[in-house]
Amino acid sequence: MNKFTKPITFFLAIVAPLLIVTLVLRQPAPDNSLLDRVRAEHPERHKSAVDHSKFEVLQKDFTNPHEITAACLSCHTGRGEELLHSAHFNWEREAFIPGRGVTYLGKKNLLNNFCTGVQSNEGSCMKCHAGYGWSDTTFDFKNPYNIDCLICHDNTGTYKKASGGSGYPVMGPNGPDFKAITASVGFPKSENCGTCHFEGGGGNNVKHGDLELALLTAGRDVDVHMGVDGMNMECVDCHTAENHVMKGRYYGVSSTNTQRLHCEDCHTSVPHTESILNEHSIKVACQTCHIPVYAKVNATKMYWDWSTATRKKDGKGYETLDKDGNVLYASIKGDFVWEKFVKPEYLWFNGTADHHLITDRVDTTSAFIRLNTMNGDYSDRNSKIVPVKVHRGKQPYDTHNLTLIQAKLWDSEPGKGALWVDLDWEKSLEEGMKYVNLPYSGHYDFIDTEMYLPVNHMVSPKTNVVTCRECHTRDNGRLAGLTDFYMPGRDRNKFVDIAGQLMLLLSFLGAASHAALRYQAARKRNTTANH
Amino acid sequence: MTKYKKAYVYKGFERFWHWNQALLIFILAFTGFEIHSSYSFLGFANAVKVHNLAAWGLIILIVFAIFWHFTTGEWKQYIPTTKNLKAQAEFYLFGIFRNAPHPTKKTVISKLNPLQRLVYLGLKILFIPVMVVSGLLYMFYRYPQGNNIEIINIGNLEVIAIVHTAGAFILLSFVLVHLYLITTGHTLTSNLKAMITGWEELEEEEIAAEEKKPEVPGKGEKKGVTGTNAPKRR
Repeated sequence: MNKFTKPITFFLAIVAPLLIVTLVLRQPAPDNSLLDRVRAEHPERHKSAVDHSKFEVLQKDFTNPHEITAACLSCHTGRGEELLHSAHFNWEREAFIPGRGVTYLGKKNLLNNFCTGVQSNEGSCMKCHAGYGWSDTTFDFKNPYNIDCLICHDNTGTYKKASGGSGYPVMGPNGPDFKAITASVGFPKSENCGTCHFEGGGGNNVKHGDLELALLTAGRDVDVHMGVDGMNMECVDCHTAENHVMKGRYYGVSSTNTQRLHCEDCHTSVPHTESILNEHSIKVACQTCHIPVYAKVNATKMYWDWSTATRKKDGKGYETLDKDGNVLYASIKGDFVWEKFVKPEYLWFNGTADHHLITDRVDTTSAFIRLNTMNGDYSDRNSKIVPVKVHRGKQPYDTHNLTLIQAKLWDSEPGKGALWVDLDWEKSLEEGMKYVNLPYSGHYDFIDTEMYLPVNHMVSPKTNVVTCRECHTRDNGRLAGLTDFYMPGRDRNKFVDIAGQLMLLLSFLGAASHAALRYQAARKRNTTANH
Repeated sequence: MTKYKKAYVYKGFERFWHWNQALLIFILAFTGFEIHSSYSFLGFANAVKVHNLAAWGLIILIVFAIFWHFTTGEWKQYIPTTKNLKAQAEFYLFGIFRNAPHPTKKTVISKLNPLQRLVYLGLKILFIPVMVVSGLLYMFYRYPQGNNIEIINIGNLEVIAIVHTAGAFILLSFVLVHLYLITTGHTLTSNLKAMITGWEELEEEEIAAEEKKPEVPGKGEKKGVTGTNAPKRR
């Protein structure tokens, strides 16, 4: 028995704990079969149940795009009614906002931090409207034949809206081949969505930073869902629609916690094998860890200073570009700052948002104006930490009436006050405010503005996620800006830490000096004894 | 002359418990302060994993230790007493430098001096329970929206974390002083040897009572009577 006591004790005391620690720390082998399995589970894309080229109603030489819509609706009855109620067509939603009551807000009437707003600029902006002919306030939102079906359902990639055409495509001999287009209509492809959602704000990746043309061709490293070497998913695989109402919200224009799209819808709320990671999802959105950076291929616009617009060289407007071809200065728009591989900033967000309306007062004492406010805080049960792109800028405001100003930017001809044509702020602001029927004092200046755009795309593969220490660190962690809660590794009680360290130091010094005194006393005794 | 005889002071389980507790507390402190961002060694995720694992190890060990204390009656060792308390403090402050004898005689049925009794009792009924409870809350608290067990839903981790950190500093200070006090036994290493082998040379009472001249450390060993009073080793 005695023989075994020692080895057993040794095993239990030393080897067993080490063994357990090693087993726990061991990384599981990567599962390469996962992608194949998911591919096998989702073998086929949606295929059209019918061959549209066989339908007589489409075998026409369309001279007017409204006729195409009429042809579509002659079979797809009721779909027009759905569109007439959709945000893609109305550019506004009914929403209850605490403090404001029931509001009707959207791209139609909100200010943004890019081209400021669509009002008075419809001719150009409606290139991205799922309709035909919205050129001014007289547009008929009740007429189903004003719907543009093809902008979303063209599968040939040849359908294009004209620039400055109020949403109409180019018609006639230079126009696309509508017979070919109508013969192959189908589910929207990523290219369809991208026409507007990749190029919003005036060019590729200008606005969102995580939505851009490169998603159509990039690999899993850029976007694990859409990567061509992965599942190669389409936008509508996640952004599903029922009765033409798409899932997913953009809080630059949305206000309520409804109709949102969550990672959990597919991945469940407990996707990790480690429960401590699953627990994080109570307070942390998936995107926070799984989108370490955005704008992974092309740069995105981070700053837009309107105040420097209208400068001229030799009496004309001009542009300067950086080496990647991004516009750094344009007389028609002002100064820009672009960034690539941007780390998001982080906010508590509960799914509701408020917006700075053009009728709201500007507080000139605050550091900046929030064009949209994403609500939430630590103590709010519905809030999670989400990554956002913060787009900063400078916008014109009325120094007497203390409101932001809708500028008239675009017109098809000079002399109508459009900034992009005439390069004259005074006229542009006057015309813009006249169009929205709001008072303008004639006195303006520029004020700092911020806009918050949630980052939801460009999800990285699991091998490239935000690591624990990037947040659980004392200084300059990713969540350094969110100070309304205690986070292990970041926060500490200064008193406890200093008192604790002092106590350790005193304990050590006490023991050391006690030992030194003992040593000295013993030596003294020895010398006395030897004499 | 002081007479010594070998006695079996620390039983097998007692030593197993002591050394595993020492190892686990060391691991917990080392990983705990890494989680606290005092330094970086294993990496945050690994530190958390090892910390949680060691915590469970310690809890299981403590459960066994409690059982052992009550079934063997060893818990009585920790009943606090004021007898010799002052003398013991004076010994550490003055007597030890003069090589004065330990004021409290260590016997198998009373292994702890009054200071040890107080400190260990404090550990057992205050500091370790505080660490275990705050540690379990740290592991199992839920934010109200993750309501698995409503009773441990908390709004903020702050109080739990600060109590746990403060406790860690206190335990670590104890360990430091405890490590030094190992050397204050009958000889420099006699306490350590005793906790490793279980056997220690203890003063024989009658002779110790007549003690006047301090003994040169180590000499007593030769004169000690060995093993007469000790239980048979199996």
